[in-house]
Amino acid sequence: MHFIFEAFEVLLSTIRDILPIIALITCFQLFILRQPIPHLRRLIIGGIYLVIGLAMFLIGLEKALFPVGKMMASQLSNPTFSGGEGAVLTDWKTYGWVYLFAALIGFSTTIAEPSLLAVAIKASEVSSGVISPWGLRITVAIGVAIGIALGAYRIVTGTPLHVYILAGYIVVVLQTFTTPKKMIALAYDSGGVTTSTVTVPLVAALGLGLSESVPGRNPALDGFGLIAFASLFPIITVMGYAQITHWFVKRQSNKRSKGEPQ
Amino acid sequence: MNVPKKKNSLALLLKKLWISFKDLLPIIVVIAFFQVIVLKQPLPNFVEVVFGSVLVVFGLMFFVQGLEMGLFPIGEAMAHELARKGSLLWLLVFAFLLGFSTTIAEPALIAISAEAAKIAAGSNLISSSQESMHSYALGLRLSVAFSVGIAILIGVLRILRGWPIHYLIIGGYIVVMLMTLIAPKEIIGIAYDAGGVTTSTVTVPLVAALGVGLASIIKGRSPLLDGFGLIAFASLLPMIFVMGYGIIIF
Repeated sequence: MHFIFEAFEVLLSTIRDILPIIALITCFQLFILRQPIPHLRRLIIGGIYLVIGLAMFLIGLEKALFPVGKMMASQLSNPTFSGGEGAVLTDWKTYGWVYLFAALIGFSTTIAEPSLLAVAIKASEVSSGVISPWGLRITVAIGVAIGIALGAYRIVTGTPLHVYILAGYIVVVLQTFTTPKKMIALAYDSGGVTTSTVTVPLVAALGLGLSESVPGRNPALDGFGLIAFASLFPIITVMGYAQITHWFVKRQSNKRSKGEPQ
Repeated sequence: MNVPKKKNSLALLLKKLWISFKDLLPIIVVIAFFQVIVLKQPLPNFVEVVFGSVLVVFGLMFFVQGLEMGLFPIGEAMAHELARKGSLLWLLVFAFLLGFSTTIAEPALIAISAEAAKIAAGSNLISSSQESMHSYALGLRLSVAFSVGIAILIGVLRILRGWPIHYLIIGGYIVVMLMTLIAPKEIIGIAYDAGGVTTSTVTVPLVAALGVGLASIIKGRSPLLDGFGLIAFASLLPMIFVMGYGIIIF
Protein backbone atom coordinates (compact mmCIF):
# COMPACT_ATOMS: atom_id res chain seq x y z
CA MET A 1 0.00 0.00 0.00
CA HIS A 2 2.81 2.32 0.95
CA PHE A 3 4.41 1.66 -2.40
CA ILE A 4 1.29 2.64 -4.34
CA PHE A 5 1.14 5.89 -2.42
CA GLU A 6 4.79 6.59 -3.19
CA ALA A 7 4.34 5.70 -6.83
CA PHE A 8 1.39 8.02 -7.08
CA GLU A 9 3.43 10.84 -5.59
CA VAL A 10 6.16 10.37 -8.18
CA LEU A 11 3.60 10.32 -10.96
CA LEU A 12 2.05 13.55 -9.72
CA SER A 13 5.40 15.28 -9.44
CA THR A 14 6.37 14.13 -12.92
CA ILE A 15 3.15 15.59 -14.28
CA ARG A 16 3.84 18.76 -12.33
CA ASP A 17 7.30 19.01 -13.87
CA ILE A 18 6.01 18.61 -17.38
CA LEU A 19 3.18 21.07 -16.87
CA PRO A 20 5.17 24.24 -17.71
CA ILE A 21 6.17 22.78 -21.05
CA ILE A 22 2.65 21.65 -21.90
CA ALA A 23 1.25 25.02 -20.89
CA LEU A 24 3.86 26.88 -22.92
CA ILE A 25 3.41 24.78 -26.05
CA THR A 26 -0.38 24.85 -25.84
CA CYS A 27 -0.51 28.61 -25.34
CA PHE A 28 1.82 29.25 -28.22
CA GLN A 29 -0.01 26.89 -30.53
CA LEU A 30 -3.47 28.23 -29.73
CA PHE A 31 -2.90 31.92 -29.22
CA ILE A 32 0.20 32.93 -31.07
CA LEU A 33 0.70 30.53 -33.88
CA ARG A 34 -2.99 29.81 -34.20
CA GLN A 35 -2.29 26.58 -35.95
CA PRO A 36 -3.99 23.27 -35.39
CA ILE A 37 -1.63 20.88 -33.66
CA PRO A 38 -0.56 18.19 -36.12
CA HIS A 39 -1.33 14.56 -35.27
CA LEU A 40 -2.90 15.57 -32.01
CA ARG A 41 -3.95 12.08 -30.98
CA ARG A 42 -0.52 10.58 -31.55
CA LEU A 43 0.99 13.49 -29.67
CA ILE A 44 -1.21 12.98 -26.65
CA ILE A 45 -0.51 9.27 -26.56
CA GLY A 46 3.19 10.03 -26.86
CA GLY A 47 2.89 12.50 -24.03
CA ILE A 48 1.20 9.92 -21.82
CA TYR A 49 3.91 7.38 -22.60
CA LEU A 50 6.49 10.00 -21.76
CA VAL A 51 5.02 10.86 -18.38
CA ILE A 52 4.30 7.26 -17.40
CA GLY A 53 7.69 6.13 -18.65
CA LEU A 54 9.53 8.83 -16.75
CA ALA A 55 7.50 8.20 -13.59
CA MET A 56 8.20 4.46 -13.73
CA PHE A 57 11.84 5.17 -14.41
CA LEU A 58 12.11 7.48 -11.40
CA ILE A 59 10.22 5.13 -9.08
CA GLY A 60 12.43 2.24 -10.13
CA LEU A 61 15.53 4.36 -9.53
CA GLU A 62 14.31 5.35 -6.06
CA LYS A 63 13.45 1.78 -5.17
CA ALA A 64 16.40 -0.04 -6.60
CA LEU A 65 19.31 1.94 -7.84
CA PHE A 66 19.72 4.83 -5.45
CA PRO A 67 19.52 2.93 -2.15
CA VAL A 68 22.01 0.35 -3.35
CA GLY A 69 24.26 2.89 -5.02
CA LYS A 70 24.32 5.23 -2.03
CA MET A 71 24.98 2.39 0.35
CA MET A 72 27.83 1.19 -1.81
CA ALA A 73 29.26 4.68 -2.11
CA SER A 74 29.39 5.03 1.67
CA GLN A 75 30.67 1.49 2.21
CA LEU A 76 33.45 1.79 -0.31
CA SER A 77 34.65 5.06 1.13
CA ASN A 78 34.33 3.75 4.67
CA PRO A 79 37.73 3.75 6.32
CA THR A 80 37.37 0.24 7.72
CA PHE A 81 36.84 -1.12 4.25
CA SER A 82 39.53 0.87 2.54
CA GLY A 83 42.44 -0.27 4.55
CA GLY A 84 41.55 -1.78 7.87
CA GLU A 85 44.01 -1.14 10.66
CA GLY A 86 46.80 1.30 10.15
CA ALA A 87 45.68 2.50 6.77
CA VAL A 88 46.67 6.04 6.03
CA LEU A 89 43.36 7.63 5.25
CA THR A 90 44.73 10.65 3.49
CA ASP A 91 46.97 8.65 1.20
CA TRP A 92 45.34 8.56 -2.19
CA LYS A 93 46.49 5.03 -2.82
CA THR A 94 44.21 3.68 -0.11
CA TYR A 95 41.14 4.33 -2.18
CA GLY A 96 41.75 2.14 -5.19
CA TRP A 97 38.34 0.53 -5.10
CA VAL A 98 36.68 3.91 -4.88
CA TYR A 99 38.32 5.18 -8.05
CA LEU A 100 37.35 2.01 -9.85
CA PHE A 101 33.80 2.26 -8.58
CA ALA A 102 33.64 5.94 -9.48
CA ALA A 103 34.82 5.29 -13.02
CA LEU A 104 32.53 2.32 -13.56
CA ILE A 105 29.49 3.98 -12.07
CA GLY A 106 30.17 7.08 -14.11
CA PHE A 107 30.39 4.98 -17.25
CA SER A 108 27.29 2.92 -16.62
CA THR A 109 25.00 5.71 -15.45
CA THR A 110 25.89 7.67 -18.56
CA ILE A 111 24.95 4.75 -20.78
CA ALA A 112 21.59 4.62 -19.03
CA GLU A 113 21.00 8.36 -19.17
CA PRO A 114 17.80 9.09 -21.14
CA SER A 115 18.75 12.67 -22.06
CA LEU A 116 21.97 11.51 -23.67
CA LEU A 117 20.03 8.87 -25.55
CA ALA A 118 17.73 11.56 -26.91
CA VAL A 119 20.62 13.74 -28.09
CA ALA A 120 22.37 10.72 -29.63
CA ILE A 121 19.23 9.82 -31.56
CA LYS A 122 18.97 13.34 -32.91
CA ALA A 123 22.67 13.48 -33.78
CA SER A 124 22.49 10.20 -35.66
CA GLU A 125 19.41 11.39 -37.56
CA VAL A 126 20.98 14.65 -38.51
CA SER A 127 24.30 13.18 -39.61
CA SER A 128 22.52 10.50 -41.66
CA GLY A 129 23.98 7.77 -39.52
CA VAL A 130 27.61 8.87 -39.66
CA ILE A 131 27.45 9.41 -35.93
CA SER A 132 26.17 6.21 -34.37
CA PRO A 133 24.13 6.64 -31.18
CA TRP A 134 26.12 3.97 -29.35
CA GLY A 135 29.42 5.42 -30.53
CA LEU A 136 28.55 8.83 -29.13
CA ARG A 137 27.18 7.43 -25.90
CA ILE A 138 30.22 5.26 -25.24
CA THR A 139 32.59 8.13 -25.97
CA VAL A 140 30.68 10.36 -23.56
CA ALA A 141 30.53 7.56 -20.98
CA ILE A 142 34.30 7.15 -21.09
CA GLY A 143 34.67 10.88 -20.54
CA VAL A 144 32.37 10.77 -17.53
CA ALA A 145 34.22 7.75 -16.12
CA ILE A 146 37.55 9.55 -16.30
CA GLY A 147 36.01 12.72 -14.94
CA ILE A 148 34.44 11.14 -11.91
CA ALA A 149 37.46 9.00 -11.07
CA LEU A 150 39.61 12.12 -11.24
CA GLY A 151 37.07 14.00 -9.18
CA ALA A 152 37.14 11.30 -6.51
CA TYR A 153 40.93 11.53 -6.47
CA ARG A 154 40.62 15.27 -5.99
CA ILE A 155 38.34 14.85 -2.98
CA VAL A 156 40.82 12.44 -1.39
CA THR A 157 43.85 14.62 -1.98
CA GLY A 158 42.02 17.84 -1.21
CA THR A 159 43.43 19.96 -4.00
CA PRO A 160 41.14 22.88 -4.81
CA LEU A 161 38.45 22.42 -7.40
CA HIS A 162 39.17 25.37 -9.60
CA VAL A 163 42.69 24.22 -10.44
CA TYR A 164 41.38 21.11 -12.14
CA ILE A 165 38.47 22.89 -13.77
CA LEU A 166 40.62 25.70 -15.11
CA ALA A 167 43.13 23.22 -16.49
CA GLY A 168 40.27 21.26 -18.05
CA TYR A 169 38.80 24.37 -19.65
CA ILE A 170 42.16 25.30 -21.14
CA VAL A 171 42.40 21.83 -22.70
CA VAL A 172 38.87 22.22 -24.05
CA VAL A 173 39.59 25.64 -25.53
CA LEU A 174 42.76 24.38 -27.23
CA GLN A 175 40.96 21.34 -28.58
CA THR A 176 38.19 23.51 -29.95
CA PHE A 177 40.60 25.14 -32.34
CA THR A 178 41.61 21.84 -33.93
CA THR A 179 38.36 19.90 -33.96
CA PRO A 180 36.27 19.53 -37.12
CA LYS A 181 33.65 22.26 -36.87
CA LYS A 182 30.70 19.94 -37.23
CA MET A 183 31.34 18.18 -33.98
CA ILE A 184 32.04 21.15 -31.76
CA ALA A 185 28.49 22.03 -30.77
CA LEU A 186 27.57 18.41 -30.24
CA ALA A 187 30.60 17.84 -28.02
CA TYR A 188 29.70 20.81 -25.83
CA ASP A 189 26.11 19.68 -25.60
CA SER A 190 27.20 16.20 -24.54
CA GLY A 191 28.92 17.68 -21.55
CA GLY A 192 25.79 19.41 -20.33
CA VAL A 193 23.52 16.52 -21.06
CA THR A 194 25.26 13.75 -19.16
CA THR A 195 24.60 15.12 -15.73
CA SER A 196 20.94 14.30 -15.42
CA THR A 197 18.43 12.07 -13.69
CA VAL A 198 20.51 8.95 -13.17
CA THR A 199 24.00 10.32 -12.80
CA VAL A 200 23.48 13.25 -10.44
CA PRO A 201 22.10 11.48 -7.32
CA LEU A 202 24.64 8.67 -7.44
CA VAL A 203 27.57 10.96 -8.10
CA ALA A 204 26.44 13.34 -5.39
CA ALA A 205 26.16 10.41 -2.94
CA LEU A 206 29.66 9.28 -3.85
CA GLY A 207 31.03 12.77 -3.37
CA LEU A 208 29.32 13.21 -0.05
CA GLY A 209 30.33 9.78 1.19
CA LEU A 210 33.96 10.32 0.26
CA SER A 211 34.22 13.79 1.71
CA GLU A 212 32.71 12.58 4.97
CA SER A 213 35.13 9.67 5.28
CA VAL A 214 38.40 11.27 4.31
CA PRO A 215 39.65 13.19 7.35
CA GLY A 216 40.06 16.89 6.90
CA ARG A 217 37.62 17.32 4.05
CA ASN A 218 34.66 19.56 4.43
CA PRO A 219 31.57 17.90 2.90
CA ALA A 220 30.06 21.27 2.19
CA LEU A 221 32.96 22.36 0.03
CA ASP A 222 34.10 19.07 -1.43
CA GLY A 223 30.84 17.17 -1.84
CA PHE A 224 29.97 19.34 -4.78
CA GLY A 225 32.22 19.48 -7.75
CA LEU A 226 32.03 15.89 -8.98
CA ILE A 227 29.21 16.97 -11.21
CA ALA A 228 31.42 19.63 -12.73
CA PHE A 229 34.02 16.99 -13.57
CA ALA A 230 31.33 14.80 -15.06
CA SER A 231 30.23 17.59 -17.40
CA LEU A 232 33.70 18.67 -18.42
CA PHE A 233 35.48 15.51 -19.50
CA PRO A 234 32.90 14.23 -22.01
CA ILE A 235 33.55 17.39 -24.02
CA ILE A 236 37.21 16.46 -24.18
CA THR A 237 36.58 12.84 -25.16
CA VAL A 238 33.98 13.63 -27.81
CA MET A 239 36.19 16.25 -29.45
CA GLY A 240 39.12 13.87 -29.10
CA TYR A 241 37.13 11.17 -30.85
CA ALA A 242 36.22 13.59 -33.63
CA GLN A 243 39.83 14.66 -33.99
CA ILE A 244 41.07 11.06 -34.15
CA THR A 245 38.54 9.95 -36.76
CA HIS A 246 39.22 13.08 -38.77
CA TRP A 247 42.94 12.32 -38.68
CA PHE A 248 42.31 8.74 -39.80
CA VAL A 249 40.09 9.81 -42.68
CA LYS A 250 42.68 12.33 -43.79
CA ARG A 251 45.42 9.71 -43.69
CA GLN A 252 43.31 7.33 -45.77
CA SER A 253 42.62 9.95 -48.40
CA ASN A 254 46.30 10.97 -48.46
CA LYS A 255 47.27 7.34 -49.07
CA ARG A 256 44.69 7.08 -51.79
CA SER A 257 45.91 10.17 -53.55
CA LYS A 258 49.47 8.89 -53.43
CA GLY A 259 48.34 5.65 -55.03
CA GLU A 260 49.44 3.49 -52.11
CA PRO A 261 47.58 0.32 -51.19
CA GLN A 262 45.44 0.93 -48.10
CA MET B 1 2.58 -8.33 -45.53
CA ASN B 2 0.09 -10.70 -43.99
CA VAL B 3 1.70 -10.74 -40.54
CA PRO B 4 -1.10 -10.82 -37.99
CA LYS B 5 -1.06 -7.43 -36.31
CA LYS B 6 -0.98 -8.76 -32.77
CA LYS B 7 2.08 -10.92 -33.30
CA ASN B 8 3.95 -8.11 -34.99
CA SER B 9 3.35 -5.61 -32.21
CA LEU B 10 4.39 -8.12 -29.55
CA ALA B 11 7.68 -8.70 -31.35
CA LEU B 12 8.15 -4.97 -31.60
CA LEU B 13 7.42 -4.51 -27.91
CA LEU B 14 9.94 -7.18 -26.94
CA LYS B 15 12.54 -5.62 -29.17
CA LYS B 16 12.08 -2.21 -27.56
CA LEU B 17 12.22 -3.81 -24.14
CA TRP B 18 15.45 -5.51 -25.05
CA ILE B 19 16.98 -2.22 -26.23
CA SER B 20 15.99 -0.56 -22.99
CA PHE B 21 17.39 -3.49 -21.01
CA LYS B 22 20.72 -3.18 -22.82
CA ASP B 23 20.94 0.45 -21.73
CA LEU B 24 20.63 -0.53 -18.11
CA LEU B 25 22.81 -3.61 -18.22
CA PRO B 26 26.07 -1.80 -17.43
CA ILE B 27 24.71 -0.37 -14.19
CA ILE B 28 23.34 -3.72 -13.12
CA VAL B 29 26.64 -5.41 -13.86
CA VAL B 30 28.70 -2.79 -12.05
CA ILE B 31 26.56 -2.82 -8.94
CA ALA B 32 26.31 -6.60 -8.87
CA PHE B 33 30.06 -6.90 -9.28
CA PHE B 34 30.86 -4.49 -6.50
CA GLN B 35 28.23 -5.80 -4.16
CA VAL B 36 29.04 -9.46 -4.53
CA ILE B 37 32.74 -9.53 -5.28
CA VAL B 38 34.23 -6.40 -3.76
CA LEU B 39 32.06 -5.75 -0.76
CA LYS B 40 31.16 -9.42 -0.41
CA GLN B 41 27.68 -8.72 0.83
CA PRO B 42 24.32 -10.00 -0.29
CA LEU B 43 22.03 -7.43 -1.76
CA PRO B 44 19.60 -6.12 0.82
CA ASN B 45 15.94 -6.10 -0.14
CA PHE B 46 16.68 -8.23 -3.14
CA VAL B 47 13.06 -8.48 -4.27
CA GLU B 48 12.56 -4.73 -4.10
CA VAL B 49 15.72 -4.11 -6.05
CA VAL B 50 14.73 -6.54 -8.79
CA PHE B 51 11.25 -5.06 -8.94
CA GLY B 52 12.69 -1.57 -9.11
CA SER B 53 15.04 -2.59 -11.92
CA VAL B 54 12.16 -4.04 -13.92
CA LEU B 55 10.30 -0.76 -13.48
CA VAL B 56 13.32 1.17 -14.69
CA VAL B 57 13.62 -0.94 -17.84
CA PHE B 58 9.94 -0.58 -18.68
CA GLY B 59 9.96 3.08 -17.77
CA LEU B 60 12.87 3.79 -20.08
CA MET B 61 11.15 1.98 -22.92
CA PHE B 62 7.97 4.00 -22.54
CA PHE B 63 9.96 7.17 -22.20
CA VAL B 64 11.81 6.62 -25.49
CA GLN B 65 8.52 5.74 -27.17
CA GLY B 66 7.00 8.94 -25.84
CA LEU B 67 10.00 10.90 -27.12
CA GLU B 68 9.62 9.60 -30.62
CA MET B 69 5.83 9.88 -30.77
CA GLY B 70 5.33 13.13 -28.95
CA LEU B 71 8.21 15.27 -27.78
CA PHE B 72 10.46 15.24 -30.84
CA PRO B 73 7.64 15.85 -33.35
CA ILE B 74 6.15 18.73 -31.38
CA GLY B 75 9.57 20.31 -30.90
CA GLU B 76 10.27 20.22 -34.59
CA ALA B 77 6.75 21.30 -35.51
CA MET B 78 7.01 24.33 -33.24
CA ALA B 79 10.42 25.21 -34.63
CA HIS B 80 9.07 25.08 -38.17
CA GLU B 81 5.93 27.04 -37.39
CA LEU B 82 7.74 29.72 -35.43
CA ALA B 83 10.28 30.11 -38.21
CA ARG B 84 7.54 30.21 -40.84
CA LYS B 85 5.65 32.83 -38.92
CA GLY B 86 8.68 34.98 -39.35
CA SER B 87 8.42 36.83 -36.08
CA LEU B 88 11.79 37.02 -34.38
CA LEU B 89 10.24 38.40 -31.22
CA TRP B 90 7.88 35.48 -30.63
CA LEU B 91 10.60 32.98 -31.35
CA LEU B 92 12.88 34.58 -28.79
CA VAL B 93 10.06 34.90 -26.26
CA PHE B 94 9.29 31.22 -26.71
CA ALA B 95 12.94 30.31 -26.32
CA PHE B 96 13.31 32.34 -23.14
CA LEU B 97 10.09 31.04 -21.58
CA LEU B 98 11.03 27.47 -22.43
CA GLY B 99 14.31 27.77 -20.60
CA PHE B 100 12.92 29.73 -17.68
CA SER B 101 9.74 27.78 -17.00
CA THR B 102 11.26 24.32 -17.19
CA THR B 103 14.13 25.31 -14.95
CA ILE B 104 12.17 27.05 -12.21
CA ALA B 105 10.12 23.88 -11.73
CA GLU B 106 13.15 21.59 -11.84
CA PRO B 107 13.11 19.42 -8.70
CA ALA B 108 16.87 18.84 -8.73
CA LEU B 109 17.40 22.59 -8.69
CA ILE B 110 14.96 23.08 -5.82
CA ALA B 111 16.82 20.40 -3.87
CA ILE B 112 20.25 21.89 -4.57
CA SER B 113 19.13 25.41 -3.67
CA ALA B 114 17.74 24.21 -0.35
CA GLU B 115 20.99 22.38 0.37
CA ALA B 116 23.01 25.42 -0.56
CA ALA B 117 20.91 27.61 1.75
CA LYS B 118 21.56 25.25 4.64
CA ILE B 119 25.28 25.24 3.96
CA ALA B 120 25.44 29.02 3.66
CA ALA B 121 23.54 29.37 6.94
CA GLY B 122 25.89 26.87 8.53
CA SER B 123 28.93 28.88 7.49
CA ASN B 124 27.23 32.04 8.76
CA LEU B 125 27.22 33.68 5.37
CA ILE B 126 23.52 34.34 5.76
CA SER B 127 21.42 34.37 8.89
CA SER B 128 19.90 31.06 9.89
CA SER B 129 16.34 32.27 9.93
CA GLN B 130 13.85 30.33 7.83
CA GLU B 131 13.01 33.45 5.90
CA SER B 132 16.55 34.31 5.02
CA MET B 133 17.36 30.76 3.93
CA HIS B 134 14.19 30.61 1.89
CA SER B 135 14.90 33.86 0.11
CA TYR B 136 18.47 32.78 -0.57
CA ALA B 137 17.29 29.52 -2.09
CA LEU B 138 14.67 31.31 -4.13
CA GLY B 139 17.26 33.82 -5.30
CA LEU B 140 19.44 30.96 -6.49
CA ARG B 141 16.58 29.32 -8.34
CA LEU B 142 15.60 32.55 -10.02
CA SER B 143 19.15 33.30 -11.16
CA VAL B 144 19.52 29.84 -12.59
CA ALA B 145 16.12 29.87 -14.30
CA PHE B 146 16.76 33.34 -15.69
CA SER B 147 20.19 32.30 -16.96
CA VAL B 148 18.79 29.23 -18.71
CA GLY B 149 16.11 31.36 -20.35
CA ILE B 150 18.73 33.78 -21.64
CA ALA B 151 20.94 30.86 -22.68
CA ILE B 152 18.25 29.29 -24.88
CA LEU B 153 17.48 32.73 -26.26
CA ILE B 154 21.11 33.34 -27.18
CA GLY B 155 21.36 29.82 -28.57
CA VAL B 156 18.38 30.35 -30.86
CA LEU B 157 19.74 33.71 -31.95
CA ARG B 158 23.01 32.01 -32.78
CA ILE B 159 21.25 29.51 -35.01
CA LEU B 160 19.37 32.26 -36.81
CA ARG B 161 22.34 34.54 -37.28
CA GLY B 162 24.78 31.76 -37.94
CA TRP B 163 27.33 32.88 -35.38
CA PRO B 164 29.97 30.18 -35.00
CA ILE B 165 29.65 28.49 -31.68
CA HIS B 166 33.26 28.36 -30.63
CA TYR B 167 33.69 32.09 -30.12
CA LEU B 168 30.65 32.25 -27.89
CA ILE B 169 31.54 29.15 -25.93
CA ILE B 170 35.18 30.02 -25.47
CA GLY B 171 34.19 33.52 -24.46
CA GLY B 172 31.75 32.02 -21.98
CA TYR B 173 34.35 29.70 -20.50
CA ILE B 174 36.82 32.57 -20.13
CA VAL B 175 34.19 34.56 -18.25
CA VAL B 176 33.60 31.53 -16.02
CA MET B 177 37.31 31.19 -15.36
CA LEU B 178 37.68 34.86 -14.47
CA MET B 179 34.66 34.81 -12.20
CA THR B 180 35.90 31.67 -10.48
CA LEU B 181 38.96 33.61 -9.43
CA ILE B 182 37.01 36.41 -7.81
CA ALA B 183 33.89 34.64 -6.55
CA PRO B 184 33.52 33.66 -2.88
CA LYS B 185 34.72 30.10 -2.39
CA GLU B 186 31.42 28.87 -0.97
CA ILE B 187 29.44 29.62 -4.09
CA ILE B 188 31.81 28.05 -6.59
CA GLY B 189 30.89 24.41 -6.05
CA ILE B 190 27.19 25.18 -6.19
CA ALA B 191 27.62 27.32 -9.29
CA TYR B 192 29.38 24.54 -11.15
CA ASP B 193 26.85 21.97 -10.10
CA ALA B 194 23.94 24.25 -10.99
CA GLY B 195 25.12 24.22 -14.57
CA GLY B 196 25.07 20.46 -14.68
CA VAL B 197 21.74 20.04 -12.94
CA THR B 198 19.54 22.29 -15.04
CA THR B 199 19.30 20.26 -18.18
CA SER B 200 16.58 17.82 -17.23
CA THR B 201 15.34 14.68 -18.91
CA VAL B 202 12.38 16.41 -20.50
CA THR B 203 14.00 19.73 -21.36
CA VAL B 204 16.93 18.24 -23.22
CA PRO B 205 15.04 16.38 -25.97
CA LEU B 206 12.71 19.31 -26.49
CA VAL B 207 15.53 21.81 -26.75
CA ALA B 208 17.47 19.50 -29.06
CA ALA B 209 14.42 19.06 -31.29
CA LEU B 210 13.88 22.82 -31.32
CA GLY B 211 17.47 23.57 -32.26
CA VAL B 212 17.71 20.92 -34.94
CA GLY B 213 14.26 21.82 -36.26
CA LEU B 214 15.20 25.49 -36.58
CA ALA B 215 18.53 24.72 -38.18
CA SER B 216 16.97 22.42 -40.76
CA ILE B 217 14.29 24.83 -41.88
CA ILE B 218 16.41 27.93 -42.16
CA LYS B 219 18.29 28.24 -45.43
CA GLY B 220 22.02 28.06 -45.14
CA ARG B 221 22.11 26.42 -41.74
CA SER B 222 23.21 22.83 -41.38
CA PRO B 223 21.44 20.88 -38.65
CA LEU B 224 24.56 19.17 -37.39
CA LEU B 225 26.72 22.25 -37.42
CA ASP B 226 24.19 24.73 -36.06
CA GLY B 227 21.39 22.73 -34.48
CA PHE B 228 23.24 21.81 -31.33
CA GLY B 229 24.76 24.02 -28.76
CA LEU B 230 21.64 25.17 -26.93
CA ILE B 231 22.28 22.74 -24.12
CA ALA B 232 25.90 23.81 -23.90
CA PHE B 233 24.79 27.39 -23.28
CA ALA B 234 22.14 26.21 -20.83
CA SER B 235 24.88 24.56 -18.77
CA LEU B 236 27.35 27.41 -19.06
CA LEU B 237 25.30 30.48 -18.26
CA PRO B 238 23.95 29.29 -14.87
CA MET B 239 27.53 29.04 -13.63
CA ILE B 240 28.13 32.67 -14.54
CA PHE B 241 24.84 33.90 -13.08
CA VAL B 242 25.13 31.95 -9.84
CA MET B 243 28.67 33.18 -9.25
CA GLY B 244 27.42 36.66 -10.00
CA TYR B 245 24.65 36.15 -7.44
CA GLY B 246 27.25 35.00 -4.94
CA ILE B 247 29.44 38.02 -5.59
CA ILE B 248 26.53 40.39 -5.15
CA ILE B 249 25.14 38.77 -2.02
CA PHE B 250 28.36 38.18 -0.15
